[in-house]
Amino acid sequence: MPPFLQVDNLVRYYQGVKAVDGISFAIERGHCFGLLGPNGAGKTTTVEMLEGINEPTGGSILYQGRPLGRRFKDEAGIMFQTTALQDYITVRETLEMFKQMYPRTTPLPELIESCSLAEFLDRDTRKLSGGQRQRLLLAIALVNDPAVIFLDEPTTWLDPQARRNFWELVQGIKKRGKTIVLTTHYMEEAYQLCDEIIIMDHGRIIAQGTPEALLAKHFGDVVVQLPKADFPAGCTQLEALANGDAVEIFSNDVNRTIHQLIELEVSLVGLRIRQRTLEDLFLELTGRELRV
Amino acid sequence: MSFRRFLAILGARNKEFWRDRAALAWNFIFPIMVIGGFAVAFSGDGPDLYKVGITDAESGQKLHFQATRYIQFIPITDIPAAITKVERHQLDMLVSPSRHQFWINETSPAGYLLERLLKGSDEGFKREAVTGAGIRYVDWLISGILAMNLMFSALFGVGFVIVRYRKNGMLKRLKATPVTAFEFIAAQVVSRMWLLLSVSVLVFICTDLFLDFRMYGSYLDLLIVFALGAICLISLGLLIAARLASEELAGGLLNAISWPMMFLSGVWFSLEGVNPWLQKLAQLFPLTHVINGARAIMIDGAGLMDILPNLITLVVMTAVFLVIGAYTFRWE
Repeated sequence: MPPFLQVDNLVRYYQGVKAVDGISFAIERGHCFGLLGPNGAGKTTTVEMLEGINEPTGGSILYQGRPLGRRFKDEAGIMFQTTALQDYITVRETLEMFKQMYPRTTPLPELIESCSLAEFLDRDTRKLSGGQRQRLLLAIALVNDPAVIFLDEPTTWLDPQARRNFWELVQGIKKRGKTIVLTTHYMEEAYQLCDEIIIMDHGRIIAQGTPEALLAKHFGDVVVQLPKADFPAGCTQLEALANGDAVEIFSNDVNRTIHQLIELEVSLVGLRIRQRTLEDLFLELTGRELRV
Repeated sequence: MSFRRFLAILGARNKEFWRDRAALAWNFIFPIMVIGGFAVAFSGDGPDLYKVGITDAESGQKLHFQATRYIQFIPITDIPAAITKVERHQLDMLVSPSRHQFWINETSPAGYLLERLLKGSDEGFKREAVTGAGIRYVDWLISGILAMNLMFSALFGVGFVIVRYRKNGMLKRLKATPVTAFEFIAAQVVSRMWLLLSVSVLVFICTDLFLDFRMYGSYLDLLIVFALGAICLISLGLLIAARLASEELAGGLLNAISWPMMFLSGVWFSLEGVNPWLQKLAQLFPLTHVINGARAIMIDGAGLMDILPNLITLVVMTAVFLVIGAYTFRWE
């Protein structure tokens, strides 16, 4: 049986610049697949080729073993990074308009329930908050009861609370067995939602796997953080890196590190211990901040 | 072509228009204001320049009467049409030197004066009197104003809106659905066409209530001319919007097209007597053919066969605009 979505040697040029440089990967049915990377890494260009919105310059994309075609359009749900909605019509009318465009659709009550639209169903789309708007755009992406859903940086403009609410909606969709393709530059989002990720930079894949496997492969340590003011200047016993107002010690043995800090008479009031994140992984792989 | 998808876009577009109260009010109120304003401004007897039609102008035979200053002498080839113009006060007098005959309108003060002048300069002319109510400037103007409103609403209401949809990503969203470019374009054309004709009919009825326009032709023929004109101008709007993603550039281009049309297509003044080069240029504008056709129906009582060249030109222009517009259309 062919993979659900198969990408081979995908290339895309934009005005002479190679935005996507020969990438290959496969997405399994029912998985949430994440494309991560900083702005300009080629995530959106890649996902728009997968969506059938842009033509690749080279390479191939197969949906259930066949080139993208009419069947794919009927079975794909898409939520773009930015989308304007028709003015002067309500949330309900917007959903009804999109429903009429597809042969197979999700019942309206189910959409309203799964995307929590009930409280603003009869509101003009111009009067929605950022979170409400994203929920409506998600509902539009689900209107055709899609087999695969593309979410392109769906929480970029949302506050932390709205972002977490949105993650819950996506987790609900995952539970219903839908395949999800998610682009994001929020590492926590990818960690929470994705079964498998690729990290892109300069149009290429620089790492691929499950978030846990990638972290385990690249890191065996944890991070001990202290306020910069509490750490003795010129200390040579411990190797620490400055990170903003804090210093970070990468430790394979936390007990021993804390013991060393006590011996150095360092105040532990501001001490924090955290696991390595995908953010660290990206920094490790590229030497750059993720949101540059 | 899926009728269901077409209706989905058509319905949403219509709702958007009807609920945008400011735009809706402006579409109705603006033409009524212009027509009302001109009706008041030109309610007098008009300019003091007399217009006399002269037949056999090419024969070189000159009357003493033709040496009179402040009279505009217009060469005439179609005598029955010119007599109709005398009946409707569009010509103050018609003179045929070869037949030694002249026509005046009994109810026209200008005709009375011109008759005295002709008899004082040339003798032996036979008098033919006609009657008929005069055509006021506003009777002449109404076709032009309605057509001009049609033009602005079609060009900006379709062209500008599509560019806005493209710029804000709405077209990209529709591209991701099974909707085809043809279904989208057809919905835009029908939505705007229905609106334009409703507005034109309502404005005509409202202004007719207090201005009582002269109408010598068929209302159905007039509606057909406006319908063809609406489709043609909407197609022109689509052609301009086919690829643009900049509202500023689209606005500039639409203005660059609509303003010359407004001044050179005969909305405000007749092109008779202006530079022949400008007259030829005006034939390239769809608005010229809408106005000429509508005016001929209203004022001259023309039928569709009489204005066939205008109608054919509009159909050909529509086909050209639509084919190029559909071929070059881009969602993004």
